Amino acid sequence: MSKYILKRLLMLIPTLIGAAIFVFFLLRLVPGDVCELRLAGTGLYADPAEIALCQKNLGLDQPLIVQFFDFLWGYVVFDLGDSMWTGFPVVHEIGLRFELSLQVAIMATAVAVIIAIPLGVISAVKQDTWIDYVVRTFSIAGIAMPSFWLGILIILGLLISTQHFFGEPWMPPIDYVPIWEDPMRNLSQLIWPAVATGYRYSAVATRMTRSALLEVLREDYVRTARAKGLIEKIIINRHALKNSLLPVVTIIAIEFAFLMGGLVVTEQVFNLNGLGKLFVESVGAQDFNMTQQLVMLVVVIFVFTNLFVDVLYAWLDPRIRYS
Amino acid sequence: MTPPSETAAAEIEVEADFEELAEKKPWYIRTIEMARQQPLAASGFVIIIIMLLMAIFADLLTFFPSEDNDLEYMLAEPGTIHSDLELTFLLGADQFGRDLLTRIVYGARTALFVGFTCAIIGSTLGLILGVASAYFGGWFDLVVQRVVDVVMAFPLIILALAVVATLGPGTQNVIIAITIPFIPQCARVVRSNALAIREIPYVDAARALGFSNARIIMRHMVPNVMAPYLIMLTSFLGQAILLEASLSYLGMGVQEPTPAWGLMLQGGAEEFAESAPWVAIWPGVAISLAVFAFNLFGDGVRDTLDPKLRSR
Repeated sequence: MSKYILKRLLMLIPTLIGAAIFVFFLLRLVPGDVCELRLAGTGLYADPAEIALCQKNLGLDQPLIVQFFDFLWGYVVFDLGDSMWTGFPVVHEIGLRFELSLQVAIMATAVAVIIAIPLGVISAVKQDTWIDYVVRTFSIAGIAMPSFWLGILIILGLLISTQHFFGEPWMPPIDYVPIWEDPMRNLSQLIWPAVATGYRYSAVATRMTRSALLEVLREDYVRTARAKGLIEKIIINRHALKNSLLPVVTIIAIEFAFLMGGLVVTEQVFNLNGLGKLFVESVGAQDFNMTQQLVMLVVVIFVFTNLFVDVLYAWLDPRIRYS
Repeated sequence: MTPPSETAAAEIEVEADFEELAEKKPWYIRTIEMARQQPLAASGFVIIIIMLLMAIFADLLTFFPSEDNDLEYMLAEPGTIHSDLELTFLLGADQFGRDLLTRIVYGARTALFVGFTCAIIGSTLGLILGVASAYFGGWFDLVVQRVVDVVMAFPLIILALAVVATLGPGTQNVIIAITIPFIPQCARVVRSNALAIREIPYVDAARALGFSNARIIMRHMVPNVMAPYLIMLTSFLGQAILLEASLSYLGMGVQEPTPAWGLMLQGGAEEFAESAPWVAIWPGVAISLAVFAFNLFGDGVRDTLDPKLRSR
């Protein structure tokens, strides 16, 4: 097993280097850079000497290949550099927002699991009844509905219902407070984006739970369990569900990794200052360093989650052996 | 030599076979039978056809100008009558006084154009790459698979945003940004299917007959991986529409004044949410309905083409 993990870790190195090359050169294809944007961005005249000085300070006047190796070297010495737009260290900027994105991702996952597993199980057990059809429609709708639109609808619903019931409209707070400082305020801000993304996420997981459970319910050992007279509840909870949750775990973990960086649009709707918003901002400001570090962060989370899932798989299901 | 009578009998038999084939049920009956087997997919297909017709005949179906501002009717309520044009804003007007229904109908054009273009180009390039990768094997396969690994390590939206950041916004660039992440996804799935086909002796036979690589790939291997190809293609349709809407919503996709559903939600849909909820509601309904229809249809295609998943 440890040999397998080691092999997989080694295989990650070319992927990560490839991703670094890809994002680095992709960003450099853009005409202009952060200096031109900052000094002449609004259409004002900018002194070429000033732009040159700014580029020199940020190292943008270096040949691309030198800049690229600087970027890679940063990982060796654990120095991710500074944001080219704000001048603060990248680690500082990411640190400010990581907590928020992580909390939303965890809450969305919780929402998804709480909805998905019971619904998926009911849908599979009552296959082809009206309950099944309702659950399936609910989950297909969840996949079709853009989560940013669901977010807008939630805000709209909150405004209208609070206006109706309390006489004045209420909006979730905009500034983030850590959960240990003011849990009520924190939750009243973050529960909405968690629900908006959690619904889509739960839809994917519901479908997976349903089809996995259906498959397991057709297996011989379930028939044996029925034949020896076990009650259906025990067959499902103790025997079938455990085996059918394997693919569900995969989906949940992969979606979780996706949420860490992929909340781009939802954060925009709720005006949350998280990693996704930082990404959109740094793309807009042509802040090369910030953008590439964020992309690499997301890619690292993504590939490590994939590895983690594969290892978890073997741990959950002793029948699976990697060599 | 066979006696003449026997040959004649055989001929009659063959003819009867042909007749039987020719007597195949007419297309509409076959369509109804298929719809019975896959009611959900059929309803998705109907919605897609309606949207396609909307997109094609947008000019005939709508009477309001789709892109001209009319500030007098800013955020006009549904049912307001435009005094000069003598037309009713059925779904209301947006913050620039443009009729929402008109823009939604025209928006179908943008959404379906982007959806079909991205899905078809992305999956076709993926098909060729995947089959070639499986057929040639060796270092070619290795290199292609490592590149696929790299591209697949990016979440879809992050990759699309990075590409748009490079190329700049606009419909054409959005199409490129959405297509690029599709290629490796399709290539990976097609490759695993093509690997199995390469081991079947007829490919060796084709090679022994001296056919060129291109011919073997196109004539002998590609037709046999059509099922995964079509499954990927249909699943990309909905994804592409959703991605386009997201990018446009972020202001990095289709640009004003082109009507696009995601863009319609961006233009202050939240700002006016309370006073003019219709601006925030209808474009979202259109996106959801389109993606819903494509997903239903895609599920049906998958169930039909992938026998393992049937009856699930």
